[in-house]
Amino acid sequence: MVSEKDHNVSRRQFLTYTLTGVGGFMAAGVVLPMARFAIDPVLQTTGEGDMHAVTEVSELTDEPQRFDFSYEQEDAWYTSETTNSAWIYLDGDDIVALSPVCTHLGCTVNWNSNENHPNEFFCPCHGGRFEKDGTNVAGTPPTEPLHRYKVEVRDGTVYLGKAEPQI
Amino acid sequence: MLQRLYDWVDERLDITPIWRDVADHEVPEHVNPAHHFSAFVYCFGGLTFFIIVIQFLSGMFLTMYYVPDIVNAYESVKYLQGEVAFGMIVRGMHHWGASLVIVMVFLHTLRVFFTGAYKKPRELNWVVGVLMFFILMGLGFTGYLLPWDMKAYFATVVGLQMAESVPIIGTLIKTLLSGDPEIVGAQTLTRFFAIHVFFLPAALLGLMAVHFIMIRRQGIAGPL
Ligand code: FES
Repeated sequence: MVSEKDHNVSRRQFLTYTLTGVGGFMAAGVVLPMARFAIDPVLQTTGEGDMHAVTEVSELTDEPQRFDFSYEQEDAWYTSETTNSAWIYLDGDDIVALSPVCTHLGCTVNWNSNENHPNEFFCPCHGGRFEKDGTNVAGTPPTEPLHRYKVEVRDGTVYLGKAEPQI
Repeated sequence: MLQRLYDWVDERLDITPIWRDVADHEVPEHVNPAHHFSAFVYCFGGLTFFIIVIQFLSGMFLTMYYVPDIVNAYESVKYLQGEVAFGMIVRGMHHWGASLVIVMVFLHTLRVFFTGAYKKPRELNWVVGVLMFFILMGLGFTGYLLPWDMKAYFATVVGLQMAESVPIIGTLIKTLLSGDPEIVGAQTLTRFFAIHVFFLPAALLGLMAVHFIMIRRQGIAGPL
């Protein structure tokens, strides 16, 4: 009989290690698929997003106008018609399409709606203001300019893609 | 670090006796497969518990995507199985586990029966076990409807008709289960969902606790 001292790993330790190891493997086998299943929304790759026809170029002026456009939105197992809007104007030859979503906390901004602040986008929620090109006015709550839609013109029709931050 | 954290808590709450009481008890020789291999029959209760734990976990995760609504139920199941990573695995665990748990319960019951472990003083634990068997059947019945496909729907129609065939109170039971005297539809699905994920699991947890406490108090039945 060899004494316990001659072993670097005692019988009890060996059993503890192997049992913990095997148990850990089994637990991981059960838990890992579920964890991956649960965090799937974070790891899903979002596509480039489609371009949606919004209006004709001939409709545009150098004053921002609001245009609503609808498209099919796919939300997991639920597909629905969703309406979005954009403030679009001509800046020389350039077409500028701004998102109406306030960059403070997400209310909807309006053009030229506040008598005290003409020719600005105004957010009624906390008085956020933006200049015509979307730049946020210092001293008001929003911290970044209005997001700008990707614009494409095909055969005189304006198509809008995703709204992206300007900075 | 961990040790010191443990000591800190233990010093204040004296938690060692609690887990010692759970962890330190002799496994009698006649139930230890290392002594007599045939003692593996004593594992079926534990295996039942293990699978029930898996059912609880996989079920919790499935409800992250599932909706108990007749318009969306089928589509949401299709989505979670086909589009979500490991969806097929997690749904598969719940699906196969449901059958396996019945198999394990059956084997566990056979062992208890043939070793006479249900005899005095353990009659009550047998009763609790039978109650849990009924709850598991209920879980199987209610869970079967949830994917809301043809098989689920017609299986439930048949099941409800069985309930209806009970003398005198049959119609009452059926309406209570399906939520409507005639239609098997929107209200049936939400009811079955509520029963499947809240009522029966809660009852099962309570009875399992009672089952285990009784085993600890009475000890494992002696050898044949
Ligand atoms: S949300 Fe527009 S200012 Fe606060």
